[in-house]
Amino acid sequence: MLNRRRFLTGTAAAGAAGFAALHFAPAFAQDAPQVQIFVPAAPGGGWDQTARTIDQVLRSEKLISGSQITNVGGAGGTVGLPQFVNQWKGKGNSLMVAGMVMVGAIIANKAANNLTEVTPIARLTGEFEALVVPAESPFKTAADFVAALKADPTKVPVAGGSAGGSDHILFGLIAKTAGVPAANLSYVPFAGGGEALSALLGNQVAAGISGYGEFSEQVKAGALRLLAISADKRQDGIDAPTLKEAGIDVELFNWRGVFAPPGVSDEDKAAMIKLVETMAKSDAWAAECKNRNWTPILLTGDDYAKFVTEDTARIGAILKDLGLA
Amino acid sequence: MDTLSHLANGFAVAFTPTNLLWCLVGTTLGTAIGVLPGLGPALTIALLLPITYQVAPEASFILFAGIYYGAMYGGSTTSILLNTPGESATIVTALEGNRMARSGRGGAALATSAIGSFVAGTIGTLGVAFLAPTVVKYALKFGPAEYFSLMVLAFITVSAVLGSSSVRGLTSLFAGFVIGMIGVDLQTGQPRFTFGTAELLDGVDVIIVAVGLFAVGETLYMASRRYAGKDEIVPLKGSLYMTAAEWARSWKAWLRGAAIGFPIGAMPAGGAEIPTFLSYAIEKKLSKHKEEFGTVGAIEGVAGPEAANNASAAGVLVPMLTLGLPTSATAAIMLSAFQSYGINPGPLLLTTQANLVWGLIASLFIANVILVVLNLPLIGLWVRLLKIPAPQLYAGILVFATVGTYGISQSPIDLVILYLLGAAGFLMRRFDFPTAPVIIGMILGPLAETQFRRAMTIENGDWTVFFRHPLSLTLLTLAFIGLAGPHIWAWIEHRRRRGPEHVPGDA
Repeated sequence: MLNRRRFLTGTAAAGAAGFAALHFAPAFAQDAPQVQIFVPAAPGGGWDQTARTIDQVLRSEKLISGSQITNVGGAGGTVGLPQFVNQWKGKGNSLMVAGMVMVGAIIANKAANNLTEVTPIARLTGEFEALVVPAESPFKTAADFVAALKADPTKVPVAGGSAGGSDHILFGLIAKTAGVPAANLSYVPFAGGGEALSALLGNQVAAGISGYGEFSEQVKAGALRLLAISADKRQDGIDAPTLKEAGIDVELFNWRGVFAPPGVSDEDKAAMIKLVETMAKSDAWAAECKNRNWTPILLTGDDYAKFVTEDTARIGAILKDLGLA
Repeated sequence: MDTLSHLANGFAVAFTPTNLLWCLVGTTLGTAIGVLPGLGPALTIALLLPITYQVAPEASFILFAGIYYGAMYGGSTTSILLNTPGESATIVTALEGNRMARSGRGGAALATSAIGSFVAGTIGTLGVAFLAPTVVKYALKFGPAEYFSLMVLAFITVSAVLGSSSVRGLTSLFAGFVIGMIGVDLQTGQPRFTFGTAELLDGVDVIIVAVGLFAVGETLYMASRRYAGKDEIVPLKGSLYMTAAEWARSWKAWLRGAAIGFPIGAMPAGGAEIPTFLSYAIEKKLSKHKEEFGTVGAIEGVAGPEAANNASAAGVLVPMLTLGLPTSATAAIMLSAFQSYGINPGPLLLTTQANLVWGLIASLFIANVILVVLNLPLIGLWVRLLKIPAPQLYAGILVFATVGTYGISQSPIDLVILYLLGAAGFLMRRFDFPTAPVIIGMILGPLAETQFRRAMTIENGDWTVFFRHPLSLTLLTLAFIGLAGPHIWAWIEHRRRRGPEHVPGDA
């Protein structure tokens, strides 16, 4: 079943993209390992780009001899996860790309499987979020925004990504810190950053929350004003305080990382951690992260496992406040 | 003048031999994937993203643009010949196109769609080159309230496709609403009608519904009628291409389709499906050959929607290139390709990456020419498909529909849905319920719902917003005129004919 499915996926991909297949032909050292990457999302999104960048850097650094990427998309990763848990069990050369969005989706969708069942390898990147307002907005600082929120949260509609996603979670965390009941918030979810952006540019909402990369160009062009970012410290080239500096004690990275399937041997796990660590410390990886506005936040092995557990608890609590879990 | 010199520059970029080759590869590949249901331009471009590590930005964007335009051409071929839409934007094309193919005018339907796509694609691309900044300024004025009113207008207009019995038509429309609601509710994150199945959380793909109802349903119906000796397919009658009369009926529909498609495509939540519905409804209303709609197939009903979907494809590029706003799945993936090159798409793109953007626009003109040259000679070949004896042809359609559906997400659940819908399509056909309103309800219903609820969230539950915003009020007024106008007109006519002393109801 597994082989047939993978074969079909492979042929469909190769058939669709005739000459993309050229790039799958390995021409590297024979002793380097083969790697299978499982992406629980459709091609093109953040996890898929992460997987393809990992693949690209591993090859260019000659760390692997070849790789295959399998996409099983749907429902924030909760369609793919059971497959990775059950059908990929024990495969020491496999990696699944996942992240904070999947933690939220598992809770919100009441999924049968969760991330404690897979083997944490490494947290790789994060995208911090940005709180922005249209250029004409009366809010000049994050404090103005919070003051208005405290006065009457229903008068401050905020646009962002899908309900229960990282943008909504950050809004919930900001409100919680400010003592505003999450249930009163006026959050306007859009299918993606682009659509939310158009609502902001059209001045139809009071503020917007999404990944910084979604807004950066509009901020540079002066169409949006950046009030604060959710990073842990100030960022080079970004003229805005962190939420903490602005008096809102919240820090959030929409993180992405890799997991091995359940039941892999300790040697395989250690080898995989070493492989991913070597990749994440390469110049090629640093350059890709810079291009894509990803902040490298490497964390491996047990530390990563602990982080995933803590983040799951934090997200679960805020989703409950927002009435989504 | 400035635009012209930029454009000349762009053509200099696009006319290099390598870039021309990329354009040819893109358009060919695009046509091929457009033909297959399931494989859309978004998925294809996503799979080709690794190419951005190898070639210059101009080359990959010319390739991607070729795929994008090519898919719009290719999608209509299977809609017309096999009643199996390859893209959601070509679902409406199947309505009249397939009727024409059955009555021996498949060649003309393919020709009007190829030439109409060329005309509208060129108009749309001219729009991108010359009007982009103006169009996008108006498009941004559309907020949730305006979109909802636009949906109301669309509902009123498309009631034209409900068929002869409005009760049956409305039943189909509401079935579409229900299918459209399956999945996680975007506004609250709660699952609806998923029956605990994880695969249903993302909803049902509209292509699966269209292929299930049209292609599978039709095939089952044909199989059941095989020995009744009815509904024979005529492979070809008259000229292969269009006759003079068909040209005369097509060109106005192309222009109207382009005029509807481009601005709606440019709206951030416009899409390619709504303009095709509107164009179809308008052509049906204006046609002098109303009796051909739904019987032998009216060429206007193919020409208009086909022009509309290509013009809207060009329209989608307007917010993408002027603001960096991705308003369709394909545009979003093209934007992520920009990031692979370290180019951040945004309002400054036109100035900082002038060569790239104008090279891309120029290559769109070239892609259009290549596509029409590529597609017209193929018509003769395509039409031969219809000469395949019915059992083999319909078996082929089933295989094609099944493989294509599996290709969308490699999910067996999708195949189950496909065949359930196929069975439903068969019963609907048998008991004379129209199938097109299901698709319309499925696309428009959730859009209208989402925009309504967004407007309500933003306005804190104050529904007067629909009347306070001037644009929204205008759209609602148009909708009201569309709804009440014909009745009022009929009443005035009635009074005039019978004399003023008669009041209605006074027999």
